[in-house]
Amino acid sequence: MSDNASNTRKAPAGERVADWADGRLGIYSLAKANMRKIFPDHWSFMLGEICLYSFIIIILTGVYLTLFFHPSMNEVEYAGSYVPLQGQLMSEAFNSTMHISFEVRGGLLIRQIHHWAALIFVAAMLVHMMRVFFTGAFRKPREVNWLFGFLLLVLGMFTGFTGYSLPDDLLSGTGVRFMQGAVLSVPIVGTYLSMFLFGGEFPGGDFVARFYSVHILLLPGIMMGLLVAHLILVFYHKHTQFAGPGRTNKNVVGMPLLPVYMAKAGGFFFLVFGVISVVAAIATINPIWAIGPYRPDQVSTGAQPDWYMGFSEGLIRVMPGWEINLWGHTLVLGVFIPLVIFPLVLAAIAVYPFIESWVTGDKREHHILDRPRNAPTRTAFGVAWLTWYSVLLVGGGNDLWATHFHLSINSITWFVRIAFFVAPVLAFVITKRICLGLQRRDKEKVLHGRESGIIKRLPHGEFIEVHEPLNQEQLHTLTAHEQYKPLELGPEVDENGVARKLPRSEKLRAKLSKGYYGEDNQIPKPTAEEYKEITSGHGHH
Amino acid sequence: MKKLSARRRHPLAAVVVLLLALAATGGLYAAFAPADKAQADETAQSLAIDEGKKLYAVGCASCHGTGGQGTSDGPSLVGVGAAAVDFQVGTGRMPAQQPGAQVPRKKVIYNQAQIDQLAAYVASLGAGPSVPNDKQYNPEGADIGKGGELFRSNCAQCHNFTGEGGALTHGKFAPTLEDVDPKHIYEAMQTGPQNMPSFPDTTMPEKEKKDIIAYLDAVNGDKTASPGGLKLGGLGPVSEGLFAWIFGLGALIAVAVWVAARTAKAKKS
Repeated sequence: MSDNASNTRKAPAGERVADWADGRLGIYSLAKANMRKIFPDHWSFMLGEICLYSFIIIILTGVYLTLFFHPSMNEVEYAGSYVPLQGQLMSEAFNSTMHISFEVRGGLLIRQIHHWAALIFVAAMLVHMMRVFFTGAFRKPREVNWLFGFLLLVLGMFTGFTGYSLPDDLLSGTGVRFMQGAVLSVPIVGTYLSMFLFGGEFPGGDFVARFYSVHILLLPGIMMGLLVAHLILVFYHKHTQFAGPGRTNKNVVGMPLLPVYMAKAGGFFFLVFGVISVVAAIATINPIWAIGPYRPDQVSTGAQPDWYMGFSEGLIRVMPGWEINLWGHTLVLGVFIPLVIFPLVLAAIAVYPFIESWVTGDKREHHILDRPRNAPTRTAFGVAWLTWYSVLLVGGGNDLWATHFHLSINSITWFVRIAFFVAPVLAFVITKRICLGLQRRDKEKVLHGRESGIIKRLPHGEFIEVHEPLNQEQLHTLTAHEQYKPLELGPEVDENGVARKLPRSEKLRAKLSKGYYGEDNQIPKPTAEEYKEITSGHGHH
Repeated sequence: MKKLSARRRHPLAAVVVLLLALAATGGLYAAFAPADKAQADETAQSLAIDEGKKLYAVGCASCHGTGGQGTSDGPSLVGVGAAAVDFQVGTGRMPAQQPGAQVPRKKVIYNQAQIDQLAAYVASLGAGPSVPNDKQYNPEGADIGKGGELFRSNCAQCHNFTGEGGALTHGKFAPTLEDVDPKHIYEAMQTGPQNMPSFPDTTMPEKEKKDIIAYLDAVNGDKTASPGGLKLGGLGPVSEGLFAWIFGLGALIAVAVWVAARTAKAKKS
């Protein structure tokens, strides 16, 4: 008895708490399975962390803002401390945002952290997504997680949009009007949709309150769920890694979650918070006091949305103002076509993984990342998409390009109209050539070694450059990637000499597959025989 | 001398002679051109018109015609008034350097006395708005809030929320209103220079112009504070987005690279 008593007394407090919790929550096995989870080290694997941390920062600062923000469109007269707006009529939403900015302690800083973090959040999501894209990390088994991530990006965009519309300032009000115009352009149901969204004619007295619940509850709630699912899947699938000696499709080489990775990640959170706070402390964002309260009869030049909506602005700015008038009804193609292209721009990148897996027909799991050059068609497609996106961003800021580079806004618009179709194609071709060039260089390096820059004169007078052979590790890394063979359709006739019926989709697949992996579309990587033959010789090329 | 004459058939001889001739004319002009202070203290109206006419003949007539009637290169100046001259010449827009979509603001090349003479001459061609006096455009005591409302209703669609400027079609633009003299803002509203519509007293009374000037002085003047930190040009989301990408995400990626490079290396045993 006394032994038992002394034992309980001796158990450290931490252990007792852990025991208590384990007995009720069963966390021991969970912790055992996950605490030693391995994470490979590479800076690009931390892009997702930037997203996660900026999302947390947004939630923390957002909660603070909700304490002071009044989501109401009741008209009040401004009587705060900012002189140039005194006596002006404005909505309570605007008034309370002014109050947050000028009277609430730390309010302006928190507001700026919230807004800057939002811009950085979406930017980091895009970059993270591009990392996943260019390294082929979206391949089986991670397709679903790719979609989760994509949904987070889209929801992030709309959470941002509903968020910056809340202060009811002249800039965001113009943005909401823009959105309403797009809704109105939908044939047949547009008017009804708009009336439904705004509770009557624009702007009405409802949209701020509606956007508010969407912004602080609905969208962040869904995002939170998706985020957790995204992270659980990262844990479940384990992290991908770049090829290297000792790294296979069946292992993960890196640091354990606890303690190393946790310490790093925890520290990184504070670094992210620090950087965003510094940015928010030195640079203004959305100075609503300078912009003024929204009034539907007013508008300013340079009325752009936040950057992540910029490509939609570009679509609408460069679209010719076409419209069709039929039986007293107007079909505003100049707005409706951009509205249709808007989701297509996003969908183009989202569905790519499925197209690729269909073309390759590859059903295996992939945990080793591709170097972008080793998947030239994918890389070229990604760069083409980014080019397309950037061209639209240029279109969205055409007025600032015009004033800052002393150009004609009309020329820029025409440039964007043409580049919308031409630039992605050019980017595709150029990127693919660059990738193939890099593949050739890799092959050259593997077979002949690194150029040392040392010139040697041979006894008979010839000058040669001395090449240093690569070491085993480098050789492995450069040749670890696998190369697909283009899909063969098989003979055109079957054993009886009758023409085989091939589904059209199969023919298309074969064509695409040839485009991906055909003769001129990848450089065959050096084989062991080639390597032996060359290295066994006398270093003669 | 022999050397020189030997080269008189040189292909570049003509160029050298031309350069010498230009230098000589220019030098002579500089030496004999009327000195600035000669006209400074003339006050009589007719005298000012006379002097203005002379200045006009040298600096303006080539585009606006010898009598201000206008040519294909420049509009007629009959009836534009002294205020238009004071604005265009006083902000350096005129005389124009080159034809183009719009004549930009540049270094002022006439002094105020000469500008007044030019204005007097042009005003004598036909009645038009006169140069406003200090009482008309001094922002003191005006209603800033009202000015802001007027600015957002009438000016912001081209000049941006706080007058940072914006683009118009075909290379034309609404210039920034930063560092613009209140008098010139008043004159611009009064006369509608270049691509700007005019806001005569019948559409925008003197008091409202004053309110607008007071608003600009408050939000885009020398003493305007920027409570949030760097203004980033006051251009809105485009410059903010650029800043977020370059300095926000750029810094974060740099930090990520730094963190990833400082890894705990497993000991090889």
